[in-house]
Amino acid sequence: MAFHDTLVYINSTVESISAQFIRIPGSAIVLRYVRSSYQNDPMRSFLELCLFLFAVRYFLASKYSFAKKDFIKLSTKEVDDLVHEWTPEPLVAPLDEADQAEVDKIPVIVGISGPKVKLSTGKSVMNLASFNMLNLLGNDQIRERAIKTVRGYGVGACGPSGFYGTQDVHIQTEKDISNFLRVPASIIYAQALNTITSTIPAFAKRGDIIVADSAIGLAIQKGILISRSTIRWFQHNDMDDLERVLQQVHNDFKGQPLTRRFIVTEGLFENCGDIADLPKIIELKYKYKYRLILDESCSIGVLGKTGRGLTEYYNIPATEVDMIVGSLATTMCAGGGFCAGSEYVVSHQRISGNGYVFSAALPGYLAATASESISIMQSSPEIFAQLLANTRAFRAIIDKMNYMYSPSDPDSPLIHLQLNPEVLESRKIDDEDKFLQDVVDECIANGVLISRNKVVPSQEVFPVESTLKIMITTGLTKRETEKAAAVVKAAVSKVMSKVPKVKH
Amino acid sequence: MPSNQTKLASLFAQAQAQIQLPSSGSAPMNSTSSSPVVAEPPTSSLGIINYTSGAATNNLSPEEIKKRSMQFAPISHPSHRYIPHHPKGQPLSDPVEEEPPLFFLLTTYISYLILIIFGHVRDFFGKRFKKEKYSHLIQQNGYAPLNSDFDSFYVRRLKARLDDCFSRPTIGVPGRYVTLLDRVTKDHCQTFSFTGTTTDCLNLSSYNYLGFAQSEGQCADAAEEVIRRYGTSSCSPRSVAGTSDLHIETEDLIARFVGKEAAMVFSMGYATNAAAFPSLVSKGCLIISDELNHASIRFGARLSGAVIKTFKHNDMADFEHLLREEISQGQPRTHRPWKKILVVVEGLYSMEGTMCNLPVLVALKKKYKYYLFVDEAHSVGAIGPNGRGVCDYFGIDPGEVDILMGTLTKSFGATGGYIAADKAIIDALKLANIGYVYAEPMSPPVLGQIEAALRTIIGEIVPGEGEERLQRLAFNSRYLRLGLKRLGFITYGHDDSPIIPLMLYAPAKMPAFSREMLKRKIAVVVVGYPATPLVASRVRFCVSASLNKDDLDTILRACDEMGDMLMLKFSSGTGMEHGEKPRWKVEDVIRKGVMDAKRDVL
Repeated sequence: MAFHDTLVYINSTVESISAQFIRIPGSAIVLRYVRSSYQNDPMRSFLELCLFLFAVRYFLASKYSFAKKDFIKLSTKEVDDLVHEWTPEPLVAPLDEADQAEVDKIPVIVGISGPKVKLSTGKSVMNLASFNMLNLLGNDQIRERAIKTVRGYGVGACGPSGFYGTQDVHIQTEKDISNFLRVPASIIYAQALNTITSTIPAFAKRGDIIVADSAIGLAIQKGILISRSTIRWFQHNDMDDLERVLQQVHNDFKGQPLTRRFIVTEGLFENCGDIADLPKIIELKYKYKYRLILDESCSIGVLGKTGRGLTEYYNIPATEVDMIVGSLATTMCAGGGFCAGSEYVVSHQRISGNGYVFSAALPGYLAATASESISIMQSSPEIFAQLLANTRAFRAIIDKMNYMYSPSDPDSPLIHLQLNPEVLESRKIDDEDKFLQDVVDECIANGVLISRNKVVPSQEVFPVESTLKIMITTGLTKRETEKAAAVVKAAVSKVMSKVPKVKH
Repeated sequence: MPSNQTKLASLFAQAQAQIQLPSSGSAPMNSTSSSPVVAEPPTSSLGIINYTSGAATNNLSPEEIKKRSMQFAPISHPSHRYIPHHPKGQPLSDPVEEEPPLFFLLTTYISYLILIIFGHVRDFFGKRFKKEKYSHLIQQNGYAPLNSDFDSFYVRRLKARLDDCFSRPTIGVPGRYVTLLDRVTKDHCQTFSFTGTTTDCLNLSSYNYLGFAQSEGQCADAAEEVIRRYGTSSCSPRSVAGTSDLHIETEDLIARFVGKEAAMVFSMGYATNAAAFPSLVSKGCLIISDELNHASIRFGARLSGAVIKTFKHNDMADFEHLLREEISQGQPRTHRPWKKILVVVEGLYSMEGTMCNLPVLVALKKKYKYYLFVDEAHSVGAIGPNGRGVCDYFGIDPGEVDILMGTLTKSFGATGGYIAADKAIIDALKLANIGYVYAEPMSPPVLGQIEAALRTIIGEIVPGEGEERLQRLAFNSRYLRLGLKRLGFITYGHDDSPIIPLMLYAPAKMPAFSREMLKRKIAVVVVGYPATPLVASRVRFCVSASLNKDDLDTILRACDEMGDMLMLKFSSGTGMEHGEKPRWKVEDVIRKGVMDAKRDVL
């Protein structure tokens, strides 16, 4: 009897469901479709049913099932125990004594950081550790312009460029920069370091190819890293190696869809002070159809007869370089950075340059300061001759030094000093940085502020050579510069005299 | 010190301050500073900068008074202030997020569908028949296009059509009013030309929460003095030779303000985050990040090399679930335990107006032993009875949070960012943080602006003014939000948040809203995809202490008109308290707003 009841129940349920189904508008069409297809072609109906079931399964399946392949199912208690047992490392490892000493030795300047500064220790020193190479920092004209802008615009721009942060001063400064470099357009960012880190990923994406010099600065490395492009390195400033890499990329990617290709290098290398061979790079870029991104953070406002950077130095039109990235925070004594290039290169960054879109705009007075600095550079180009004269005077003395040599270009006011390889062999120098820091301390004690080339080794792709970093300024006279060079030279000798020789 | 004030004491102080304030709205707010009742502390004890009293307003010319009130409005009535508070120890309740009616959701989807179909059809034919116009998307002479058409689709097809609503150039101070340079376009926003005229618009767009964007007063005076004494730059990275005594003084002041042992300032807020994460975490570490965290956090996290996992915005259950799973499972494939876990949240989310649930985060931290990084880009200065950010708001000891990061752009009218933590951490970062070792330091005049603004908030200079700014911001935020809710708009976020997103949904309503508001001389920010989810286009109001109630009423009336014109009053009233029904008459909203905005629950 129970069996019969069940049958009756099933029957009535099916009936009521079908009655409900018929009430749904359009159900008749579906029914007719299924019926006729079943009669005509049962196999097709079966396939359709399979497809339907597969679709249902697909939509119900967990989205991340493939990611959980090695997921180990644990009970609540086991998880609790694991949570209880887990001990994280400290957020930041405490400094050891040597590192703490390094932190404590970071110089603190009281007042303006001009060519002669007072340190917090009370010592007055000549400042050869500052990008104030043209001595524009104390300039009254710039100062008055900055004050006037603060009085007209306040300090901050209070918003990103896209949201009412673009002020007329920014537009003017962008015009001034592009006129100065003689390129169609430019865009300013709020920080120099962040400029190229934003410019590269705005154009280079996954699958694109970047060929870069192995000595490029950290900001460029980070820009390449974030772009997720394929990276190939060439030996620092070695044009034969560059050509070899370009040829290899050409061979490796033959027959594959064409992606964007970039050569990325620095004009004046911040980590060694030498200069890229721009004419050769441009020749190769045309030959292999690459675009050139040139970081001129250290060379614009420094190199060239009128400070227009590497392109002027080699007498090449700046439009030959696809993107020139520069800093307004070095010799221009303002803040922020810029990228100059074609109209399209610039307008694309206004929507895709991370550091432009998501950051507050540069303060108006800093933009105005940069404009004023550019106008001074244009109206008095003799400061560049003076800078060169001071550089040569310094080099004349320093190049005769015993234990160290300079890998920097003779025309570069950014001078690195490195220990001779034979000195490293013949002397017992365990820690090069410690030796160089002793030289720095000795120089400061004798009235000259210089610095080691400071880097964060864990962040650099390739190890950076330990060097002393010296920056020449027109704020000091030729005689003072020579005196400073003599102090550095004497300091190296003095510190070296305390280092024992290696016994063979 | 305001930090130790009980609610009662601050109410008392408020009442006192009201007595000193002029009851009419004629004099600018700086008049509080010239009040003879409060003595000014000796400036010499405050360090390097000599502070002015914000300039006495007694002998100002009428033009000068007008200029100042264009940057910072005089308060309309002394009662237009509010002290925000949150019951101590209580978790934050989630704000009600209303859904739009299905009809509007559907039309929004259809809008995008049309946009996508037409866009692709135009791209297809354009690339074949109008090559010169599409040259940047086409491969030529062996060069791949600089930009792929797929990547830039929304930019070209959506944003390009409403480009007149973005990047509007301004002139002068972005204070209570922002002065726009009028421009016209004859080629559908491809290019613009300036007409030579300007328009003063009420400013609901700048991040000027406390109204410190001013070209007069103690902040600008401090900036000017610093330019004279320090110049405009330090010309060298901090760790090389770019640290001045002023940097150190400002860092100490910031550390004191946020309640940490030490702090470090950077010249750019975005770069502060970009540089922070690589120095804190590396491979083998885990970053757990709120899904709506700012681009700078995502950028920095990616630079760090750590694994990044996200949880649903402000969803503490999802967060705890993720946390348990990650700690128990360990690193992918190897199942080794994570070296450390860094949880990153924002104090106040700039697109949502929501605050992080700090009480819960701090409670979970004790159990799960993660490190907590709170990005107070928008909340520092803008949130809390003393303006010290989310810790202040929730009454939580700042020591509970490992790293407090913030920007100085928003509330203090300056630029740049800071990181505050224990001294040992900050010292270690001096060797490891790329922003400290490689980047240009903060420009000295910015330090002057920050110091003056902070000391004003603390009450060390121009007593009473900092308090007034904080309380006016809190009142303005609540008043405007309540008004918009009552008019029938859907808003997102918490009641005390100065960021009020008003939902538009349909993409075409973005330019319509922005342009119509511009006609009514109000500058607003509209945001759409990809900054928000596809269907959740919105207009974002950033409230400022520099506005007064009359300004807010102007805004409410304009919004009321817009709501009717663009059919924006979707609200069903589920987000409202006391069983109120939405879609009030605007005059009723304004009449009852002042009293009701000060009630505990809106």
